[in-house]
Amino acid sequence: MIYIFSVLPLISAFLIFIFGRIKENISWIIATLCSFILLIFSFLTIFSNKVLVYTVGGWKIPFGICLVVDKFSSLFLIVINLITFLSLIYSFSYMKKYDRLYFYYILFCLLLAGLNGVVITGDLFNFFVFLEIASISSYALVAYKGGKEELEASFKYLILGSIGSSFILFGIAFIYGRLSTLNMADISNSLEFNYNKSSIIFALSLFIAGLSIKTALVPFHAWLADAHPAAPSPISSMLSGVVIKVLGVYGLSRLIFNIFGFNYNLSLILIFLGTLSMVVGVLLAIGQWDFKRLLAYHSISQIGYVVLGLGIGTPMGIVGGLFHLFNHSIFKSLLFLNAGAIEYNIKTKNLKEMGDLSKVMPITSNSSLIASLSIAGIPPFCGFWSKLFIILAAFMANLKLAGFLCILVSLITLASFLKVQKYAFLDKTNKNFQDIKEVPFSMVFSMSFLAILCILVGLFFPLVKDYIIEPASNVLINGKDYFKVILN
Amino acid sequence: MGIYFLCLVLFSLGVWCLFVKKNLIKKIIGLAITEYAINLFFILLGYKIGADAPILEKNNLSIVSVDPLPQALILTSIVIGLGIIAFSVSLVMRLYEKYKTFDINKINNLKG
Amino acid sequence: MKNNGGMSIIVKRITRITVSLIFLFGVYIMLHGHLSPGGGFAGGVIIALSFIHLVLAFGKDFAFRYFNKTLAFFLEGLGGILFLVISLLGIFIGGIFFLNFLPKGSPFNLFSSGIILASNFAIFLKVGAGLFSIFIALSLYRLSEKE
Repeated sequence: MIYIFSVLPLISAFLIFIFGRIKENISWIIATLCSFILLIFSFLTIFSNKVLVYTVGGWKIPFGICLVVDKFSSLFLIVINLITFLSLIYSFSYMKKYDRLYFYYILFCLLLAGLNGVVITGDLFNFFVFLEIASISSYALVAYKGGKEELEASFKYLILGSIGSSFILFGIAFIYGRLSTLNMADISNSLEFNYNKSSIIFALSLFIAGLSIKTALVPFHAWLADAHPAAPSPISSMLSGVVIKVLGVYGLSRLIFNIFGFNYNLSLILIFLGTLSMVVGVLLAIGQWDFKRLLAYHSISQIGYVVLGLGIGTPMGIVGGLFHLFNHSIFKSLLFLNAGAIEYNIKTKNLKEMGDLSKVMPITSNSSLIASLSIAGIPPFCGFWSKLFIILAAFMANLKLAGFLCILVSLITLASFLKVQKYAFLDKTNKNFQDIKEVPFSMVFSMSFLAILCILVGLFFPLVKDYIIEPASNVLINGKDYFKVILN
Repeated sequence: MGIYFLCLVLFSLGVWCLFVKKNLIKKIIGLAITEYAINLFFILLGYKIGADAPILEKNNLSIVSVDPLPQALILTSIVIGLGIIAFSVSLVMRLYEKYKTFDINKINNLKG
Repeated sequence: MKNNGGMSIIVKRITRITVSLIFLFGVYIMLHGHLSPGGGFAGGVIIALSFIHLVLAFGKDFAFRYFNKTLAFFLEGLGGILFLVISLLGIFIGGIFFLNFLPKGSPFNLFSSGIILASNFAIFLKVGAGLFSIFIALSLYRLSEKE
């Protein structure tokens, strides 16, 4: 039954294609229903004790494609489907001013199908095909509004994303040429015997380059600052909260921990990329006056935290990295939805033109305050615990410079978000917005749900850690032994 | 070994064209050359010297054939490349309508 | 333009013959996808080329009487849904997604190898209609005057 995660969004995309022209709201109903069913299914995958393996078409394991859902995949499935469901509810009111909405919902369902397919597959070329489906849908969604800046941002994103995908395909070609198999478990088995051949090392470096472009780590981050602000706001929250994590961090983790095996050189590469992204991201973000561009630069910095946590390699570091990934998708999506709500009312993204919104838009300003405190790492919100794990893991692994930089970057993030709060919500010296009301109910529902989730995950973090994060990190820590389960 | 090196040269040529040329249409052609170079490399991996095409015929049922699996995979990859090129051409057409130029140095509205 | 759109009369005369030949060739390549090179994607591209040939030779107004935009959209959606239905039917008949459940006759026949023929047909519809829609969208796009 695992195939339903990828097949149901495809069915709903084709149903919207046929029925969406008749009435306006049918496309929203079909898409939200599909997303809600998948959300329930993804919560059900936590409760199974063993790894779910499904062979497509009945062909046996090295010859056919197999779908694998283990606890690492179920963490990502929860993140994807939760944020998709809330973004779809948000886009009911936000997208009402655009016409021909059925194209938007078709692309959204195709994006969901691609993202779900990336995390459930157990075959390397199938991973590439689903990665391309998700990427092309996101290129089209960034250019959805059709204005000058959106087209330029989408073109930049398209060119850089296609180069990344070409590198990944090149890496797959090298692996197939040397090992003549494409199944992930089989590759992990064969790599124990011939690891030091130069073609395998070249394939690994091509994979890291291609997947780092998708994750927007620092030398490869040029597309993110233009693409995330130019998209419509629910798509920005999906892009920043889900897509760069699923295509990038999931791909890197599967390849480095489960297939190739973690060793000292890979750890150094990940720590270096993570620290560089952290520092450069937040330094670029301080001077920004465009709200969504500031949030996009902070995304680069927080993904640097996640990659640093994964690169440290100790159990506490991996738990911290994955917990920060989970938290970041919650509060960064909330921040982008807040920016969309402000834009819906005032039609501007510039921080200098906003001011004194905390009285007329109470729910937006309160949820934005919760998200800002959470991203800066203030207890008891969820961001504090995950950053604490990463900093403790850095100091225990004797990486004193990285740990010190984590604390410094966290302070600069706090300063940057205090600036946002002052200029956007609390600045009484600017023009008065007395005739603005709160945004419609569907947008309020999504924002308040995410804010409540921020508080709950922060207060009950041992529950979240034991049931969702810790089994996921066990998959990565067991490394190459994990795939031996599948071959039986 | 020489033919794989030539595929890598073609790939580098495509990437060079993508970076250096200023016209948007030439950048799309560079992207197309890059993708086709990788497809060519993948198919050439399955070649065996002196082998036939992997098609069964009625009179000889046991032939030595080249590897048919990369050919099926590359069919998918060519379709993906077609989709990307079609989308990028339509994007370039709308960019021309908004900015009235194909020169990438003049299309820099997003800064900072 | 003379002759209400399209090209000269020699081209129109030849096109009447070649369009049907190209159509037949595309259908042949699709149907024999499991026996010889080709299959759904190659057949779909050739079919799209035959309709583009019609548009180029006769002009947009004449060709759109026989194959217009709504028909292209409908066939594209139909091809996608047909492929999904074929793959889901494997669950109801055999219990596994994407199972090969149609009878596999003897080799080298036209009706051998199960669902490959049906999925070739679905891909043929989708690719043909899709490429024709791309051509229509790119070539008949008018620059808007108010902007």
